[in-house]
Amino acid sequence: MKEEQKAKQNEDEILKILEENARTSDSEIARMLGLDEAEVKSTISELEKRGIIRKYKALINYEKAGLETVQALIDVKLSPERGTGYDSVAERISKFTEVKSVRLVSGENDLLVRVEGNTMREVAHFVAEKIAPLEQVRNTVTHFLLKIYKENGEIYEEEETGKRLAVTL
Amino acid sequence: MRSDRVADRVKQIKGSGIREFFDIAQRMEDTISLGVGEPDFVTPWSIREACIFSLEKGYTSYTSNWGLLELREMLSDKIYSEDSVFYEPEGEILITTGVSEAFDLALRAIVNPGDEVIIHEPCYVSYKPCTQFTGGTPVSIETEVEDEFKLRAERIAERVTEKTKAIVLNYPNNPTGAALSKKDLEEIADVATEHDLLVISDEIYGKLTYEGEHTCFSALNGMKERTILLNGFSKAYAMTGWRIGYAAGNKDVIEAMMKIHQYIMLCTPITAQMAAIEALRCDDETAKMVGEYNRRRRLMVEGLREIGLSCFEPKGAFYTFPSIADTGLTSEEFAKRLLFEHKVVVIPGSVFGECGEGFIRCSYAVSQFEIKEALKRMARFLESCGVK
Repeated sequence: MKEEQKAKQNEDEILKILEENARTSDSEIARMLGLDEAEVKSTISELEKRGIIRKYKALINYEKAGLETVQALIDVKLSPERGTGYDSVAERISKFTEVKSVRLVSGENDLLVRVEGNTMREVAHFVAEKIAPLEQVRNTVTHFLLKIYKENGEIYEEEETGKRLAVTL
Repeated sequence: MRSDRVADRVKQIKGSGIREFFDIAQRMEDTISLGVGEPDFVTPWSIREACIFSLEKGYTSYTSNWGLLELREMLSDKIYSEDSVFYEPEGEILITTGVSEAFDLALRAIVNPGDEVIIHEPCYVSYKPCTQFTGGTPVSIETEVEDEFKLRAERIAERVTEKTKAIVLNYPNNPTGAALSKKDLEEIADVATEHDLLVISDEIYGKLTYEGEHTCFSALNGMKERTILLNGFSKAYAMTGWRIGYAAGNKDVIEAMMKIHQYIMLCTPITAQMAAIEALRCDDETAKMVGEYNRRRRLMVEGLREIGLSCFEPKGAFYTFPSIADTGLTSEEFAKRLLFEHKVVVIPGSVFGECGEGFIRCSYAVSQFEIKEALKRMARFLESCGVK
């Protein structure tokens, strides 16, 4: 295999491991992939530099932590702007700290925005005050989040599974 | 009451003293078990979901003795596309209740009393007893760690007699994780041709190959007609409890196997067959599992070496087979003390044949966390034995 292909393959493998567990140490990754620790270190810092690895964050079950916040998914219908299309308004909405994610989607609406606040009133207020009045926004529909079953590929309440026998030959 | 209640044929199979130890291991709480012989993944949801749907729709009947035609057709396509060997869905493929049943059927279909069957060791525990149940004679060939636990063609040739009927092949291997290269297999194929032998090839771990590619034995030149190919869904699709496998081979042999199967099993449960059909549609789940096993394999092998055990690098399956010779303990003593003193379950290598003595089988079909914790405990144990 060519040098370049090999490097790309290592990058992909490292990303897979970190996506599953961002706290896997360099030495463990090196061991799993049969690489030098130094090689893993430099590949990761390269991935960080290139902005491919954006951050290492914990996935927290806030309900369990007793730190529950109110979240809502907002469908936003837009009139695109001449020249910039949806970008400028989407970037504008993204800048609010209350806004946790902004996605352009196909279908009836244009943006899918996730907003977080301390109370329902606060979230509703934010949408009414900050998003709905924007010039390009034609319509919003707010869906309050009631329960999270699965987030980022992780099922929150793991199903009970049968127990394997300790010994099978 | 008469004393010959149990038939001689069964009596001749030695009961294993190790069973008592296994019973304790099964019952003991808070252990980390590297003694497992099945994936720690649950069957992928799409497969389970398809099975539930089949029950809702009322698929609860018998099927053809051969198994569902749709499943046989899909298997025929799969084997052809992966290994370039074609099996007729009608007559050359039989759906069985796991490879275990297929193995038994294969032997019963071909072995006459007194026939010899060549079996490489260390090997899966059922090969020799199943041979004995047929009235055949198992002929063991020991494989060595120095030669990567490979079965060599010349060793087979040395042991062939006029009574030899078949060779059993199981690569990638349980318990060693060894694999054979295409060249190794071709040499065995030559011996099979020269001495006119049948080959039972149990390729249940074929999908779990980490270095190089798995070669299907029946795909080798001229081998289709000599080979009974056995495979199943347990390992590659995490479906052990479903008990579903298959045999593929020459019409006359598969027909003979079906003859036995129809009287003892009638058919494989339809629910498992419906699930298997779905499994064949979601191969990418297998690729994901293989990637994860490969990472664990390296963690385990390096870890074992680090704590002072010399360990053969397995090429397939999900087992490591390190040597414990330096401890001065027998495999059984090692396993017992490791369980009682440090609550880690491993399998004594001696269970898999005499030449497995001095080794233990450690499965890496467990989470990375469990691998690390087990290694820590084993390190403490080895220190107390004066190794490292």
